[in-house]
This record gives sequence, structure tokens and C-alpha cells, in this order.
Amino acid sequence: MLLSDFLRHELDLTGTHVGCEQGACGACTILLDGLPVRSCLIFAIQASDRELTTVEGLARRQPDGSESLHPIQESFWDAHGLQCGFCTPGILLTLVSYLEENSNPTEIEIRGAISGNLCRCTGYHNIVEAALLAAERMRHGER
Amino acid sequence: MKPPPFEYLAPSSLPEALDILSENGDDAKVLAGGQSLVPAMNFRLVEPALLVDLNGLDDLSYVTKEASGEIRIGAMTRQRTIERDSLVEAALPLLSETMPNIAHSQIRNRGTIGGSLVHADPAAELPMIMVALDARFRLRRSASERWISAADFYQGLFSTDLADDEIMVEVAIPPLKANAGTCFVEFARRKGDYALLGVAAILSLDDMGICREARIVYLNAGDMPIVARVAADLINGEKPTPQLFVEAANHAIENEITPMGDIHASVPYLLHLARALTVQALNQAAIRATPLLGK
Repeated sequence: MLLSDFLRHELDLTGTHVGCEQGACGACTILLDGLPVRSCLIFAIQASDRELTTVEGLARRQPDGSESLHPIQESFWDAHGLQCGFCTPGILLTLVSYLEENSNPTEIEIRGAISGNLCRCTGYHNIVEAALLAAERMRHGER
Repeated sequence: MKPPPFEYLAPSSLPEALDILSENGDDAKVLAGGQSLVPAMNFRLVEPALLVDLNGLDDLSYVTKEASGEIRIGAMTRQRTIERDSLVEAALPLLSETMPNIAHSQIRNRGTIGGSLVHADPAAELPMIMVALDARFRLRRSASERWISAADFYQGLFSTDLADDEIMVEVAIPPLKANAGTCFVEFARRKGDYALLGVAAILSLDDMGICREARIVYLNAGDMPIVARVAADLINGEKPTPQLFVEAANHAIENEITPMGDIHASVPYLLHLARALTVQALNQAAIRATPLLGK
């Protein structure tokens, strides 16, 4: 069973989306031991004893049981970085990892970082704006 | 789509993996990074009865330098690791320059050097760079091992000298000479796409500023990496000038490469592209080979 199907059908974590099942579209991107990978190209059994992060893991649970969104989620909301949302989880996780390595990216660098994530709705403009906003907020210590 | 059912084994040692292969022959397929094999399985282009997962073999992932300066890379080393490795950057700038051109970061996080090399996609960067760098591959089967040059390893479209019971375990790459200038350039319509065509150029300048040891290798200009020997020989012994490089490019295009046209680009377009990229790569390699103009 593919990891993407395992997450969605066995764990009911449907935030990870399935687009192409060949590694090209990026909709299935999750973090494996902190690094973005295509869950459609990994078999579920290969994730044994590994740490996975899906989009459901970005929000932070507060002591009172409520959840607060990750700054990148807030930024995508504020900057209208999504329309249908199908590509969004893959992009969020890709960017979360990328911003750890490069906390002050230029627009060109962000476009390069998300080159492996296809979006049919937005034309990428607001995705880039949201990413820049997230980077700025995270540099100022938001988490 | 999804693959049909298959058996799966995850050996914990290389000898165990080799024994499984020798017992199962061509019913078994080795799983490395999975970035080429799993798409093929998802499309049902390949339906192995048995998958032998090498991802538990941590001792096949390393980058080291021999006393001779030769770089040794374990076959299961992730492309991401090679991309960021300082030994590679110092000794093999051509390889470092090439790595970010391979697919996307998410693919490189999982894809391995060995997996790409044995898959032998003519549009893949790693096979042609290994040919350009005169790399050798160590292939092991249960009872023996052998070395083979990259040039001898590649035999045709997706076709290598690897036997059904062999696993590539290591890549050995001689360091570039200190006075060598190198350049890799490819053209893809969008960042991360398979390149329509690419070129790697290596050349040195001797004390008189004359070109020596020129090497021109093509990506996706045939069904395997193509070394344009005659074009490179036109360059050796001459002063580096743009006109010389155009002449070499013309020779390579007219006599030494055979790109296959498809829906993305016609053959005439690819030949035109090859000429432009060859001249670009040679010029850049010459600049980088020039002392004081820098690396």
C-alpha cells in the first residue's frame, strides 16, 4: 500500500492529497524525518519507525485544548494563498522545511522551492506572497 | 494508479540482499529511492513479483575521500546529501553544479545516486555526469564483485551491464584536476522538468593558455550519454576562443549526437539547442579554467 493511501484510508488523515501518483504534482508531499518527500512514491511499510508530519500536524495544540494555526497557515489565509486548496498541504510542508534552511528567501528562491508543487488555481502569485509573509513572520519569532 | 500485489523484503545487510537476489533472479527488483521505480510500478509498466528494499542498508550511504583524492560515494547516498556535501563541492564542482538540476528537492530528498545510475534514463543527469567524470561503479553479487567504468556500464536505452543478481554498491570518481574548468548546463521548459537536452564540458588550460583534456558529454542527445570525442579533439591544442567552440559545437551536432524528437521538441530544435548549450558550456568551462578569472 502506498503511504499516501495509508495516511488517507487507514489513518483518516485526508489532508494529504493524491494527484498524479508519479511524483510530479507534489500534492502528496509530506515530511519524512523532517524532509519533504512524495508519499505516493513510498510504501507504507517503509515509514515504519519514521517520523511523519502531515498538514494536520502543523497547527499547534494549546494547553486549553484549542488549536492555533502555524504561521505559514495564517499567512496563506491572510494573503489568499489558496483557492481550492488541493495543492496547499504539499506546498505548506515543502515551505515549512525550506524556511528552516533559508529563513529569508527572495521571491525567485521561493518560486524555485515550490517548483515541485503544481497549482491549477492561483497562478502562484499569492502563494509566493503568502510564503514571503510567512517567512517574515517566522523571522520575527512567530511560531 | 496503484501497483498490483507484490512480495516485499527489507534485508538488514548487503549479503542478505545479495542472497535474495541470487535466489530470485529477474522476479525481483531492487528498491532504492523509489523515485523512478515506484512511478513505473504505479503505472504498471513494471510489475515485480518481489521488491527488495535496500533502505535499511545504512552502510551504503556515505561520501568519503581516498588518499589519492578519489571520491567514493555509497550507492544508497541520497541525492540531497551529495548536493550539500563539501568534499564533493571541493573535488567535483561539476557534480555539485549538476545536482540542483535533478528533478525537484522532494525527489532528491529520497532519490539515491545508485538508483538513478542503474535506471539509466537518457534524460537523467547523474549517468552522463559520471561518464563525463570517468567514474567507476562497484557492482556486487553474492560471491564476487567487479568494477566497471561508467562508459562501459551504459549500453543503450534504459540498459546497463548490471546483471539480475548484482547490486551497485559504490561510485568512485577521480578528482577533477586543479586547473580544470567545468560547466554543466541543461535546458528545461520549467524548473525541475526533464531537460530537453544538456551538456557537460570539462577543459584545462596549460601554462601557455592552450586547451587540454577537453571533454564534452551530452544529456538526452541519444539513448544514453554521448561523449563527443572528435569535437573535444578539435579543441585540444588550440587557444580557447568563441569561434573554436562554435566549430567544435557544429562538429558535435553534425556528426556525434542523435537526439530523439518528441512532442516537446523536434530534432531540428534539439540540434539548435545543442549547439547553443555546447558553446555556452565550453565558454563557461574556459572562463573557470582561467587563473584569476576564478572558479
